[in-house]
Amino acid sequence: MDYTEKVYDHLKNPRNMGKIEDADGEGTVGSPVCGDVMKIYIKVKDNIIEDVKFETFGCGAAIATSSVLTELVKGKTIEDAEKITNKDVIAVLGGLPPVKMHCSVLAESGLKSAIADYKGKQDNDRKRQGG
Amino acid sequence: MIYMDYNATTPCDKRVVEEMTPFFSGRFGNPSSIYTLARDAYKAIEQARGRLAKLLDCNTNEIFFTSGGTEADNWALVSSAFGLRNKGKHIITSSIEHHAVLHTCQFLEKVGYEVLYLPVDKYGVVDVDVLKQSIRNDTILVSVMAANNEIGTIQPIREIADIVKSKGVYFHTDAVQVTGKTPFSVKEMGVDMASFSCHKLYGPKGVGALYVRKGVTLPPFLHGGGQERRKRAGTENVAGIVGLGKAAEIAVSEMAEEEAKIRALRDRLEQGVRENIPEIIVNGHPEQRLSNTLNFCVKAVEGEAMLLHLDLDGICASSGSACTSGSLEPSHVLIAIGIPEIMLHSSLRFSLGKHNTEGDVDRVLEALPNIVEKLRRMSPLWQ
Repeated sequence: MDYTEKVYDHLKNPRNMGKIEDADGEGTVGSPVCGDVMKIYIKVKDNIIEDVKFETFGCGAAIATSSVLTELVKGKTIEDAEKITNKDVIAVLGGLPPVKMHCSVLAESGLKSAIADYKGKQDNDRKRQGG
Repeated sequence: MIYMDYNATTPCDKRVVEEMTPFFSGRFGNPSSIYTLARDAYKAIEQARGRLAKLLDCNTNEIFFTSGGTEADNWALVSSAFGLRNKGKHIITSSIEHHAVLHTCQFLEKVGYEVLYLPVDKYGVVDVDVLKQSIRNDTILVSVMAANNEIGTIQPIREIADIVKSKGVYFHTDAVQVTGKTPFSVKEMGVDMASFSCHKLYGPKGVGALYVRKGVTLPPFLHGGGQERRKRAGTENVAGIVGLGKAAEIAVSEMAEEEAKIRALRDRLEQGVRENIPEIIVNGHPEQRLSNTLNFCVKAVEGEAMLLHLDLDGICASSGSACTSGSLEPSHVLIAIGIPEIMLHSSLRFSLGKHNTEGDVDRVLEALPNIVEKLRRMSPLWQ
């Protein structure tokens, strides 16, 4: 098995690692039993993802894909962020070993889950405001 | 670089390489031929057999060279099953065997044999009472490894052999991990068959041996020429066998000293890990364990991520994490000893060897706590 230099780069210096305490959206995917858990936090202002952070328990590929994902997402509108797929993440990393492809799917679903959480909260706020 | 993965493989001892080298080109004869050049190769093989017999404490005619531990395990299991198919189709092994035994047993299940996988306790020791109750009239073979490659637990082989043989059943042991690490006499242990690998004891890869006790009937596994007294066909890996002989000779004279030195280093590492990394579980038997092996689970951190960071610091170790094995299944050994599901992907194995120093251990103890801390800061499972 061989990781690209880019994977090692993100492993050594993960971008946007940590929590956002007052996040507008949060998504947790994976399971410790399967060997990876990923948590994505987003902070949204005027429909733009202003800040994003990740926490990951997982292998090198899981950490690198989380880190790349946060870089791709930052500054994007919700609509553009929703278009990001695992293929985009893999492209940035210059490929992943075949057995590790499933890790990149986790990053994509982590983001989708955080956005869904954000949208759900928005709906609730609107309902509350609508009285 | 700090190498602490000696249970995976070892570097060839320089004296082994020196002894092997002439057999690649100058002394290249086929041992089955008749001229002087060939007889020279034949004699070299027989000298190697004598040296290995000394290490294993058996007769030379009880040793058959193979391509390694995996072939030896396959041969012992498949040929015993085939040879004894009219007596019965029941085989007993343990749930923590190496895949060379485990997957061979699964193959035998597919072709109509019944296999019982003995449970182990939390230290990885086979339940001898279950074994006693499980031997049936149609049981043809029991195979239990001498020491486990992942957690290092040493099995009570003598006791198991006594039980198995009192029932008139053949007993095989995969002795790949004990050989060269600690004295292991096949005669004293009372085993019928035992598998060995050369690259775990500072010799080359691609060569090993099966010990078959005199009086045990085992059909050949590889058919062809009349090599190895018609038991194992194929032109001998002369250079490899010569290397195995030299590695065995070195082990006989240096093993005791090395074992004591390596045990002290391993204990220093274990103590350091316990003192410097909170929330770990050390796996394997506290005493009945290979002197070089330290396996532990680190809460909330994944194994491969730790290995990659160790590698960036120039440290080679191993993990039972699914992510390092190419499969998606975590270690069957850790499952068998009852490690909680949430910790199954969090193991690290350091297996030390004769080239390690106190300085190596201290470097690992400097690097590892920082790696764990970094990965825990990143982990959603760490509070």
